Amino acid sequence: MPALTFLHGEASRSAGEVDGAFIFIAAICIFFFLLTQGFLIYFALRYRRKKGEPDVETPYITDNHTLETVWVIVPSLLLLAIFAYGYVVFIDLKSPLAHATEIAVTAQQWQWSFTYPDGRTVVGELRLPVGRPVKLTMTSRDVIHGFFIPAYRQKQDVLPGRYTYLWLEPDRVGSYDIFCSQYCGTGHSLMRATLVVMPAAAYAQWVEQQEAKARQAKAGTEPLAEKGEELMEQSGCLGCHTVDGTPKVGPTLKGLYGKSVPLSTGQSVTADDDYIRESIVDPNAKIVKGFPPIMPTFRGKLSADDIRAIIAYLKTLH
Amino acid sequence: MTERAAAVPLADRGYLTERGFRAWATTLDHKRIGVMYLFTTLFFFLVGGLFAIVIRLKLMTPGPGFISDHTYNVFFTIHGALMIFIFVIPAIPSSLGNFFIPLLIGARDVAFPRLNLFSYWLFVAGICVVFGSLLNPMDTGWTFYAPYSTRTAAAVTVLAFGLFMTGMSTILTGLNFVVTIHKLRAPGMTWYRMPLFIWAMYATSIINVLATPVIGITFLLLAAERLFGIGFFDPAKGGDPLLFQHFFWFYSHPVVYVMILPAMGIISEVIPVFARKPIFGYKAIAYSALAIAFISFLVWGHHMFVSGMSTVAGVIFSFLTFFVAVPTGIKIFNWIATLYKGSIHLDSPMLYALTFIFHFIIGGLTGMFLGALGTDVHVHDTYFLVGHFHYTIMGGTIMGLFAGLHYWFPKMTGRLLDELRAKLAWLFIIVGFNVTFFPMFILGYLGMPRRYAEYPPRFQTLHIVSTVGSWVLTIGIAIMFLNFLRCMRKGQPAPANPWRALTLEWQTASPPATDNFETIPTVTTWPYGYGKKGDAGE
Ligand code: HEM
Ligand SMILES: [Cu+2]
Repeated sequence: MPALTFLHGEASRSAGEVDGAFIFIAAICIFFFLLTQGFLIYFALRYRRKKGEPDVETPYITDNHTLETVWVIVPSLLLLAIFAYGYVVFIDLKSPLAHATEIAVTAQQWQWSFTYPDGRTVVGELRLPVGRPVKLTMTSRDVIHGFFIPAYRQKQDVLPGRYTYLWLEPDRVGSYDIFCSQYCGTGHSLMRATLVVMPAAAYAQWVEQQEAKARQAKAGTEPLAEKGEELMEQSGCLGCHTVDGTPKVGPTLKGLYGKSVPLSTGQSVTADDDYIRESIVDPNAKIVKGFPPIMPTFRGKLSADDIRAIIAYLKTLH
Repeated sequence: MTERAAAVPLADRGYLTERGFRAWATTLDHKRIGVMYLFTTLFFFLVGGLFAIVIRLKLMTPGPGFISDHTYNVFFTIHGALMIFIFVIPAIPSSLGNFFIPLLIGARDVAFPRLNLFSYWLFVAGICVVFGSLLNPMDTGWTFYAPYSTRTAAAVTVLAFGLFMTGMSTILTGLNFVVTIHKLRAPGMTWYRMPLFIWAMYATSIINVLATPVIGITFLLLAAERLFGIGFFDPAKGGDPLLFQHFFWFYSHPVVYVMILPAMGIISEVIPVFARKPIFGYKAIAYSALAIAFISFLVWGHHMFVSGMSTVAGVIFSFLTFFVAVPTGIKIFNWIATLYKGSIHLDSPMLYALTFIFHFIIGGLTGMFLGALGTDVHVHDTYFLVGHFHYTIMGGTIMGLFAGLHYWFPKMTGRLLDELRAKLAWLFIIVGFNVTFFPMFILGYLGMPRRYAEYPPRFQTLHIVSTVGSWVLTIGIAIMFLNFLRCMRKGQPAPANPWRALTLEWQTASPPATDNFETIPTVTTWPYGYGKKGDAGE
């Protein structure tokens, strides 16, 4: 279906199908819109009585069975047709695709992470090779989120303590928004990710690079700062903090190390190793001025070595 | 125009004669209680509107704005919760319903006047508790979805108790109305001689009585989970997060009809009076109100197509949803047919009534996309939805309320409204409303999620259009309210029946005396006998 693509790009077969249903329903709706509004406005003007004119005598019409039967039956049939079309498309969206690659999606306040079959986890970006169907198995670590790709017209809530699924057919190379569609708190509107659909060769190359990096990490030959960077991605720090200088839900971490930080108490403190460690294990001890006290503690989740690696990474961010 | 002339004092202030705080606060008169509800709910409409204006200002820019994202979340929560729980749900039933049910059925008061007064004060007490929660304001959205609502630091428990109290007040009012309509009709007023507003209020009250307890219990479960850690909803505690949504919508879907049915009742009164024609299809309208009330209990799952509920359940709920569209469509066709060959007076109540139909058609048709499974997946939780419910609630119910306020103003205050200002306000409102909310359908189709404090810059143009529309709308509403306030004191004294209507409230003085009628009227016919008998048109 060429469909509503002039409005916004149709990036997969699912989009074309949903747009088909859209157009079908829209056609019926526009017909009824014109019919009802037309009569409403026409009657209101045609039978309008101007100020001061006497009432014309109006006929005493209380019902008309033929007319009433028609306007119950015809819309009912159309409603059934709309239901049926919506049903067919829905079932198709929900049907498993053969030979789909399985990718695990984990939602947490306020980031998306994607785990590939080879065990790699990437935050905020879902890369797929074009033309290969994918099954997303999704769950949440905290509250309910919603996984929404407008360009695919696909959406599915992501629940804690349960798995939900979504089947994707990345038909076209490009990069598309992934939004969180179910309200999940302060950072909800920043809980976005990108779907990058790549040509097969480029994808293979990217996988190669990633795997090399992973091997390095496993062998322990990875530089401390790089380990810190990975830990920050995996632990969810980047759901709230950026490393590019813009504040998000929490303050940016760019240039933090060694800086003087204003606190909500009016005092200020220098961001040295100890302050950073405390901010990770006991975040509410000192609150940065202008930010809400909502950061969870990472005590027990990050070891002393992990924290050392993160501090090493923060030092590189100038 | 008597623009600058001093206000003419009313010869007889009727039920308004007694003045002073005590006389109002302890009154058992259904009319005074109705007026108190009206002032309370309209006040919160204006407060909720202020929050909307700030929300719209923030959305002018896509990035971080002059309020933080957290504050934005708090503001849309307050906006939604005030508008839904404290304004629309009680607005028409408790205010105009209280005032006009006894008058329309020829009774001296409601069945239980003391209970009526108690309901009002319970409502006010509930609002006070709700405001107590502002110390640590809610950021969950008016839908309270668990487990976010069981985990956030905000004062959810306090708010839940406040809403429990206002809900209790709604139940008591509903009971009161059901009994009143059954027991207190004037001699000769059979069911088929009842005005359609009464049918609508009857259906509404039944929903209120049956559905409100469910949300009350849900709020208690939520509070228990927060206070005692009992895991009803949070899977981390062994609960089920979808259970909350089922409970919530089991109440909140029927309640959208609590919001719309009373307005439909008002439209069914206004249209025949101003078209000087009998209402077309009286029984169809009356029974479709009951049908809507009944079916509305079976479709809650259409809010949950993408929630993770089973596919089969989704299909069943979608199918049932299209059944509600049938009685709703019937009503719209009947109103339009009533206009045919009428002698139509486009006075302000009629303008608002026609505007109701105009908006409600758009709201209803866009509902098709939300009821159909395949398309709902895309537009659910986007601005498409925000557009849809504002068209039905603000464009529908609130226009119905405005129609009712303009229609009954002379009866309630004993004074006429300034028509010119009323029409000017109407013009701003209809233009402002559509400029504000129509772009939301496009935004939603393009993928703009709701409840987003920040958004990708490509959506900005349409957001700016919408925000500018909200200013025009605000001007219209301001003109309308100033007109009310001014004419309450300075309007021309109104005759008993300025619109030449046939329902009973117009057969008594404006404003009515405390006991409504000198002698209780005896009813011999239905109230829509306009037009020439024996002449059935072509
Ligand atoms: C003055 C006119 C109004 C304007 C400009 C307005 C604007 C808005 C906007 C922009 C949102 C979306 C916020 C978001 O998703 O981020 C919203 C949400 C909402 N509005 Fe309005 N609104 C108005 C009147 C009303 C009225 C009269 C009602 C009901 C009687 C209402 C009920 C709601 C509800 C229930 C929500 C959902 C809140 C939530 O998502 O939790 N609004 N409004
Ligand atoms: Cu989310």
